[in-house]
Amino acid sequence: MFYYFLGSLLIVAAIFNLIAAIGLLRLPDVYTRMHAASKAGTFGSGLMLVTIAIHAGEINIASRALAGVAFFLLTAPISAHLLARAAYVAGIDPWSGTVRDDLKGHYKDKQGHLSSDDDKD
Amino acid sequence: MTPEQFFDLAILISFGLSIVAFIFTIIRLILGTTLADRILSLDMLVTLGIGFIAIFTLYTGFYAYLDMAIALGLVGFLATVAFARLLMHRGETNDTPAGDKLEDIEDEADEAISNPSGGVN
Repeated sequence: MFYYFLGSLLIVAAIFNLIAAIGLLRLPDVYTRMHAASKAGTFGSGLMLVTIAIHAGEINIASRALAGVAFFLLTAPISAHLLARAAYVAGIDPWSGTVRDDLKGHYKDKQGHLSSDDDKD
Repeated sequence: MTPEQFFDLAILISFGLSIVAFIFTIIRLILGTTLADRILSLDMLVTLGIGFIAIFTLYTGFYAYLDMAIALGLVGFLATVAFARLLMHRGETNDTPAGDKLEDIEDEADEAISNPSGGVN
């Protein structure tokens, strides 16, 4: 029963990774692709590390695997946010079907300095 | 099917799904359209690599590979941060080949020579 559980966990994690890759291939622009890569991808690989932690059953290996998961969960949103901001500042346009762009007109130069409300008038 | 056999089968299925995910990500890396898409694909490749190493750790039962996955996560995070800075300071969006850009510069230089009083635009 234990091995059935571990095997199902591994297959679910691999399916999440596959969904992330399909999203990366099919979604229309870099901002939407970032959703697939940074959420589903992180969850899939994190779940695989959790599977190792359960499978090992030893405290030294499980703690290393869980430390890897924690590190991974800390860094993935940071890198995704950094890349999204860099892409926006560099001027990569969102998809034409985008409904709302709250940052439009708020970057005053290419170095990424935000314009405050005082500058706008 | 015994539980151990199911677990071995699950590992093989996870390998297969991960390889398909790798192929999709590499297709996006080649198609690109913008530099940000390619950086995102590289980030996704690192994520998939961590998952692949996790499956390989379970396949061999040799837990030292786990440290490699954590180190790969660290390197991948730093690479994405560096690429995001590059994208921000490079500042251009369309991936024109270097030769085309050179022609534009030459055209502007020709105009400037033939029309010296044209002023700066």
